[in-house]
Amino acid sequence: MIQMCDVPRYKDVDMEEIKKMQAAHVLLNKVEYEPKQIEKGYTDKLLTIDVTDASIQISDIPAEVKEKFVGGKGYCLRYLWDATNPNTKWDSPENEIVMSSGPIAGITQYAGTGKMLVATISPLTGIPIDSNVGGFFGPYLKFSGFDALELKGQAEEDVIIVIDGNKGTIEIDKAPLEHLDAHLIGEELTAMYADDENDRKHVAVVCAGSAADHCDLSMLNFTFYDPRRGTVRLKQAGRGGIGRVFRHKKVKAIVCKYQGIKNDLNHVHDISIINKTGVKYHREMATQDPKQNNMRKIGTANTMKILNDYDILPTHNFKFGGTPNIHEMEPKVFIEQWLTQGAADGCWYGCSMACAKAADHFKLKTGPYAGNCVVVDGPEYETAAGVGPNCGITTPQVILEINFYCDTYGIDTISWGTTVAFLMECYENGILNKERTGGLELNFGNCDAALELLHLTAKNEGFGKIAGMGTHKQKEYFAQQGWGDMKFMNDIAMEQKGLEYSEYGSKESLAQQGGYGLTNKGPQHDEAWLIFMDQVNNQIPTFDDKAEALYYYPRFRTWFGLVGLCKLPWNDVVPENNSLTDEPAKVPEHVDNYLDLFYGVTGRRIDREELLVMSERVYNFQRIFNIRLGKGLRKHDAIPYRSVGPVTEEEYLSRQERYDGQLVEKVGYTKEQVEQMSLQEKMAATRTYREGEYEKLINAVYPKRGWTMNGVPKIEHLKKIGMDLPELIEIVEPLQNVEP
Amino acid sequence: MKRLVKDESKCIGCRSCEEACSKAYYKVADRDKSCIKINEKAEGGFEIKICTQCGICGQVCNTGVIQPNANGVHMLNKKECVGCLMCVGYCPEQVMVQDDSRSEPSKCTACGLCVKACPTGAIQIQDC
Repeated sequence: MIQMCDVPRYKDVDMEEIKKMQAAHVLLNKVEYEPKQIEKGYTDKLLTIDVTDASIQISDIPAEVKEKFVGGKGYCLRYLWDATNPNTKWDSPENEIVMSSGPIAGITQYAGTGKMLVATISPLTGIPIDSNVGGFFGPYLKFSGFDALELKGQAEEDVIIVIDGNKGTIEIDKAPLEHLDAHLIGEELTAMYADDENDRKHVAVVCAGSAADHCDLSMLNFTFYDPRRGTVRLKQAGRGGIGRVFRHKKVKAIVCKYQGIKNDLNHVHDISIINKTGVKYHREMATQDPKQNNMRKIGTANTMKILNDYDILPTHNFKFGGTPNIHEMEPKVFIEQWLTQGAADGCWYGCSMACAKAADHFKLKTGPYAGNCVVVDGPEYETAAGVGPNCGITTPQVILEINFYCDTYGIDTISWGTTVAFLMECYENGILNKERTGGLELNFGNCDAALELLHLTAKNEGFGKIAGMGTHKQKEYFAQQGWGDMKFMNDIAMEQKGLEYSEYGSKESLAQQGGYGLTNKGPQHDEAWLIFMDQVNNQIPTFDDKAEALYYYPRFRTWFGLVGLCKLPWNDVVPENNSLTDEPAKVPEHVDNYLDLFYGVTGRRIDREELLVMSERVYNFQRIFNIRLGKGLRKHDAIPYRSVGPVTEEEYLSRQERYDGQLVEKVGYTKEQVEQMSLQEKMAATRTYREGEYEKLINAVYPKRGWTMNGVPKIEHLKKIGMDLPELIEIVEPLQNVEP
Repeated sequence: MKRLVKDESKCIGCRSCEEACSKAYYKVADRDKSCIKINEKAEGGFEIKICTQCGICGQVCNTGVIQPNANGVHMLNKKECVGCLMCVGYCPEQVMVQDDSRSEPSKCTACGLCVKACPTGAIQIQDC
């Protein structure tokens, strides 16, 4: 086992090179400002940067925006709406990247309080994507005087934006020499803008990676400096191609610097309640985490073995729910052989959950950095599952290498894993072949081919150009080329609304099918991560339970993104007596912690129901934003059959006993009838039943959400939740009586 | 290594140690602000909770501001501390102090004031 105390510090950057890079900067604009002191979690200031003309504007955030949209994702969507129109595409100059943390962000006393929300119109989906990310940038931006940052326009040459919250300066520079890959530019800019080594923890960088210049799966990296390791760590705003938009604007990086971190920079209303809630939570982590999820040792990948055992771990493009080789990559292998133990791995101060694990001095075997020893951030569960078993790969060394390169190239590991898994299944079905892939043998489990494809994608060469398009565009391209049957590809391509699925097999969880399908941004689990409570813990057994969960959880979980919180500390550890509460799945004591934190920061006492209404306003706003951009109706909530049931004979036969049994128990056939049915008949009957259940689920969920059967928010519901804004009514009014 | 050691059989529960400790930093006699705690045992007698300089507070700190000095005493650098309070929650003896009047918590520095205040010798400074 590798202990933190035995890990050597990383080699420092060459300061002479850094000086040369800085000397090559050309100042385009610089403004001085008086940083607004935060009051009760808010600065009420918006920073707008247009890189077309390097203009910088600071404006007030109106009280009505604060009231309706709260902060974080709410602010991101409000300002993105205002900047765009129904015809705006991802590469339109008016498309913005908006970032906002939220009122609770930046306190240090509770776990998971440093989140930033990022939104833009996505190159993958054409509708708003929102992604949350750790690291220090979110809190530092607020401490520097801004609740939100909107980035618009398109520069002619690569620029960096530098915000110094202590000096009160913002400057935009042409910056030609810094590298694009995140692990390099993160170190370079951190060293460049720190006064000395001890000052590096006061610098946070947002950057993408070299793949973001052309790959639609590209994300944003947010750094934080790790003083123990002496290196920069990376966290990701991963989903939906935000990095592609960032680089299309020719922004190389945004730097924010703030010195003097203390626990009351938010000038909170009642620090006592925050302190007490924080210490209580830290004690709970100290005593319960070792007995529960071991988040401090392994992070989110703790679920790998359990999900494999419950037939949920996506394997071979979600065909199967587990792999016989799980022993090669189960949590104890990562704990004992790869991830450094005993490190304080929080991605913001005060995160006792500390799930940002790292493999230290990892020697790369392939690609442009082969031979280098690097820090690999992760793997998170989603990464390990997606680039691992879903592609038939169970070798930790390969998973870590893909993890590193995805991060530094700026590629979202979830979309990458799901995309490569789709390509591998296409290869094994003859839709692709060696000629079409440029020689790559994309069979499941071919580690060398998976890595080579990643490097080609980063360079925009060969078949990498196709891989970087994402699954939705790939299947259309393959059909156009006459390579594959569109119906089959629609069944196996795990994407919806243009976004690749995250990494849970949902065939046996109707709730998670809805948790993916009935989302605003596309099939990402952050809105309704129901798989565990449905399939592992059996906490929502009835149809009504599942439908209600799809009303409650998207609202509850949206709230984290409004206020600047991470969701993991909510239920990745629970109080010792949680199982004795009325609703253990909701972790009531932790919900009350959040109400106390919100009160402590803002002075506004809300109850559990008000929390949900705050989210519901933003949730409906996002739904209508989708409709404004041409998605957001019932037909867009349809999901690929691979996420519902067995597409292929191979899949059916692999779980034949289960599927045959369900035809009797759930569908109503007799045992004798099932024995007489052909395989194709059984598969068709299973499909009809399962697809029917999903439609029934939609029929049950939409009314709860106050939507028509076509998925359109009803005007009466918008009035009820105080969201009957004229610009929303204008969009939904003509659709009120339109049938699906 | 310098640290406190205890002999609970000698403790008479006078709490002079708690008062000396809380006065040293917080300037008030308040046992909630003391880095040594005296608790009554159900079976009679007193339990003394002291900092053992185990260093867990320093291990969980992601700012790295709790480090052992030359004597092995874990010292908290208040200037660099961000007040996250993880050390308070993780202290196995629950003898780190969080007080709302200060941003940063406080911990035992093995200063010996409690030892001097103890009339029975129930606590001692050990230098090994």
